[in-house]
Amino acid sequence: MTQIEEVSIEQFKHLVSERALTGETMLLNMGPQHPSTHGVLRLLLELDGETVINCIPDIGYLHTGIEKNMEAKTYQKAEVMTDRLDYMNPMGNNLAYVMAVEKLVDLDVPVRAQAIRVILVELQRIASHLVWLGSVGLDLAAMSMFLYCFREREQILDIFELVSGQRMMTTYIRPGGVWRDVPVEFEKAVRDFLKIFPKRIDEYETLLTKNPLFVDRMVGLGILDVKTALSYGVTGPMLRASGVNWDLRKSRPYMGYEQYDFNVPVLTEGDTYARYLVRMQEFRESLKIIEQALNKLPFGPVHSENRKFVPPPRSEIGVSMEALIHHFKLWTEGFPAPDASIYSAVESPRGELGVLLAGDGGPKPRRVHMRTPSFDNLAVLPEIVKGHLVADLVAILASVDIVLGDIDR
Amino acid sequence: MDIKLEPIVKIIQEKFGATLEEFRGEAHLFVKSEQIVEALTLLRDEHHFELLSVLNAVDYFPQQTPRFHVVYQLTSIAKNLSVQIRVPVNGDNPKVPTVTGVYAVANWRERELLDMFGVEFEGHPDPRRILTPEGMEGHPLRRDFPLGYEEPQFTFNFDEIRVQKPSPKE
Repeated sequence: MTQIEEVSIEQFKHLVSERALTGETMLLNMGPQHPSTHGVLRLLLELDGETVINCIPDIGYLHTGIEKNMEAKTYQKAEVMTDRLDYMNPMGNNLAYVMAVEKLVDLDVPVRAQAIRVILVELQRIASHLVWLGSVGLDLAAMSMFLYCFREREQILDIFELVSGQRMMTTYIRPGGVWRDVPVEFEKAVRDFLKIFPKRIDEYETLLTKNPLFVDRMVGLGILDVKTALSYGVTGPMLRASGVNWDLRKSRPYMGYEQYDFNVPVLTEGDTYARYLVRMQEFRESLKIIEQALNKLPFGPVHSENRKFVPPPRSEIGVSMEALIHHFKLWTEGFPAPDASIYSAVESPRGELGVLLAGDGGPKPRRVHMRTPSFDNLAVLPEIVKGHLVADLVAILASVDIVLGDIDR
Repeated sequence: MDIKLEPIVKIIQEKFGATLEEFRGEAHLFVKSEQIVEALTLLRDEHHFELLSVLNAVDYFPQQTPRFHVVYQLTSIAKNLSVQIRVPVNGDNPKVPTVTGVYAVANWRERELLDMFGVEFEGHPDPRRILTPEGMEGHPLRRDFPLGYEEPQFTFNFDEIRVQKPSPKE
């Protein structure tokens, strides 16, 4: 057990201004238990009256050692941990990790599995943005937003339950394909959602986008310029709201994204309101992708036929000796991967979700590093809140869309 | 490797004597630790590598020289290219110059490496631990750091474990 140590000003001396040392400005803790920090984040604020002079984020309260744990598990078993990283985006995390494994061992994925992956990941993007929209509303005292958004999110989670048996921690996307084919009810469930959701986005927009109370609290706050954004490694909607057209789905297509027609919303203002608008437009773009993918969902197998990496179906085990051997080997020992290292990235709802995966020749990874977008997006926060009021800090933090599980890992 | 990347790789190879490794279409360039700031500045200013996507490390324990590879994954938005720079570091007293002056994101990423691997970054403006609590000993992501294990408490070993359990200090 570590002893509880008293924190003194000496520790933060190099981070705060001179005036804090004389007591002219005040140091105030916001969090770790605070409703608007979206989890367990502590912000040490240096305040002059109500104006923020310095903001020192303190993270690590949700550190779970996932990267360390993954090193002790085989490639298939380690995937379960990725669900818990960014708990608003489990499908996207699965995809990022599985794509890295597939790249490391050079495994093919059938087209049907690719299309199913795209549909589910885009649904997950909508679900993640809905949680963000709900909590922005909640932070800015539009409480009904939270209820509306969670109503729609529930519909998406029902679809996930339909395909994988789980609402949140799905682990549905597996190396070489997906766990199993989608059930027959899947298409109707997604079409129902596609029919309802555009109207619901219109409703949200009538509630918020032109609402003077909402606009007054968003416009011109937390302006992030392109140079700072790039230097801080900011990606995703935050970067696109600052005027950089960078979306991995467009610029480095994976899983057949090149065959879908969609736009990448880009705005140049770089303020809190621009980040809000970019995400609102991404709702509609994701819907477009889902609709196209569903319309031309190809028939065929949903996992690779490469038995060295993908376990055989249950029906084969009773009649084929090889299938039994493969099944046994894959679920006890796991499959080996070469002693090399690769980097593969996908566009998560928050930005570039990359995986640095190093194998050691055996069935367990040597190192799995998840390059999580929230980590870098939060690092830029001190730059963009300086000079704003504490109440505006809440709006700016909400627009960054952090997930603490994504930051602390 | 991307054709557009080849001239850039050649320049780095000639200028810094870097060795190149290729795997699945990725280019990994190995440079010496004292050259890293110069190499990254060159790539950022003259070859439009605006983003430092990853700054992390891989531990090759039990190998000691080099034990760690500090990995810098760079992305160019203007040219849509990626290149990986690696700095091999020895196991005893691992030290690398900081690149916070080149990419601001390195500040938190290097703190994470200091915390998780014990790699020191010379000239870092704020060398504190970032994820683990203060007073923590050791560096969790090193391969020789034990994973940690809590023995399940059953009837036969109930008292034995209760004695060892950490309890709040009075």
